[in-house]
Amino acid sequence: MKSFSYERADTVSDAIAASVRGFRYLAGGTTLVDLMREEVELPERLVDINRLPLSYVRAENHRLLIGSLARMSDVASNADVRRLHPLISETLVEGASPQLRNVASIGGNLLQRVRCPYFRMLDAPCNKRNPGSGCSALQGLNVGTAILGTSESCVATHPSDLAVTLVALDATMSVRGPNGDRVFPVADLYRLPGDTPHIEHTLLPGELILEVQVPAIPYSRNARYLKVRDRSSYEFALVSAAAALQLENGVITEARVAAGGAGTIPWRLPAVEVALHGKEPTRQSFEAAAEAAMDGVKPQSGNEFKVRLLPRTIVRALEMARDNT
Amino acid sequence: MEETDKRKPGLAGTESPGCSHDACQPGVTRREALQIGGAVVATALTSDFIGPSVAQEPATAVLEPGLYESASVSFTINDGAVSLDLDPRMSILDMLRERLFLTGTKKGCNQGACGACTVLVDGRRVNSCLALAVVYDGSTIETIEGLAKGDELHPLQSAFIEHDGFQCGYCTSGQIMSGVACIREGHAGSPEDISYWMSGNICRCGAYPGIVAAVQQAASGERT
Repeated sequence: MKSFSYERADTVSDAIAASVRGFRYLAGGTTLVDLMREEVELPERLVDINRLPLSYVRAENHRLLIGSLARMSDVASNADVRRLHPLISETLVEGASPQLRNVASIGGNLLQRVRCPYFRMLDAPCNKRNPGSGCSALQGLNVGTAILGTSESCVATHPSDLAVTLVALDATMSVRGPNGDRVFPVADLYRLPGDTPHIEHTLLPGELILEVQVPAIPYSRNARYLKVRDRSSYEFALVSAAAALQLENGVITEARVAAGGAGTIPWRLPAVEVALHGKEPTRQSFEAAAEAAMDGVKPQSGNEFKVRLLPRTIVRALEMARDNT
Repeated sequence: MEETDKRKPGLAGTESPGCSHDACQPGVTRREALQIGGAVVATALTSDFIGPSVAQEPATAVLEPGLYESASVSFTINDGAVSLDLDPRMSILDMLRERLFLTGTKKGCNQGACGACTVLVDGRRVNSCLALAVVYDGSTIETIEGLAKGDELHPLQSAFIEHDGFQCGYCTSGQIMSGVACIREGHAGSPEDISYWMSGNICRCGAYPGIVAAVQQAASGERT
């Protein structure tokens, strides 16, 4: 690991001031420390933000407020989270291992880097790590890559499960930077790779994630996260789906569907949601609606299986959401 | 001399600034940077104390930030108080093994994927390889060395022996520390629960049935 300067911030304003002086934020470090050791990330200055007062989780005015430094395990086991959004608990427990969840923060989870093998392979071209060098995954190992939102420059999936669920739940986030505060949908954090895959998010220089806000939904019990992967725990998704259904008089009156492991960013599926409106919650209507997820699907040489796995995962997630009634 | 190396891994020459980005900036040739690095190594090998004063000697060069920095940290480790100065790059794992000679905690993948390095920090299980020690200044760390009370093994240690919860034994200290936490968390209610909540610990020998049985037995006995 290259050496770096280390500072610890006790207040948000100290942290942002350090950022202006060229310091990178260090939270749980489960991504950043790993990538520094691999010399994929080479920050020269780190400001430790772990002691900022942003580890809270609370319910307020029918919203869940999650501080950006709350740890995955603490959010998953929090009573308000389990009451208002058991889907968030389920999603978090499906991500990483207990050891990592005890350390990884919510803000860091949303900003984690991709798991494409070439991103970590220093001698292989990768447009994300080394802009303009090319994408090795296009002709190489691409089993785990995306089928939606790809470009000629990058086909890596975003690895966060939590982001998929937060996008499905219309969560928002607040950030603070040198020029003030902003609040925006979590969905707007992410950028499609296009021809600038090294720019992954919309945060402005120095901006620090303060909090995630999740509005309550009256049908939070009919919401599930299904993660399909090579082993049944502690593995990244091949394909995953968050699904929530509002059922009234045997008919779907509202639906939320988003997919992970399929897109280069967390992939909300509004066309599927619209197709479910007014339908009976049967396997047939789920299958018909899931076809709408296939708009624009473009498989790579090694991941054609995802074209079939994506709608099937959505159908099963919808069935799980329905049967929680 | 050897002790000096261990105290200052960043100064021991393994990460000399020779090819670093800062040292390659205009005004510093690679040769000069290498000479600076060499001077630092020589000093490190001959001096008992390598402090910030060393950094100021070769004032003509742009120095890599942080290279000469060390942090003073304190921990409670297995009920003992420890204070030391360390390089901010040092993980809890390397601190335990290389500085404190608590070698029961093992280095497996060194990237947070295998769980061999699991210790408890403030009661929570973490991968010590990804935990920069400086970040955890002031915390309480429990390692495998702290589990037994004298000659009396911890119930989970006994259960691992009884159920053959290992073959080569390399992952075992991490498995046991993770198992202790798993039981404390209340995630050891069934074999399925144990498998799921112990999945952050990989065993390449495949001793999983014995590991699950050991955790189950310890969980059903006296609570740890």
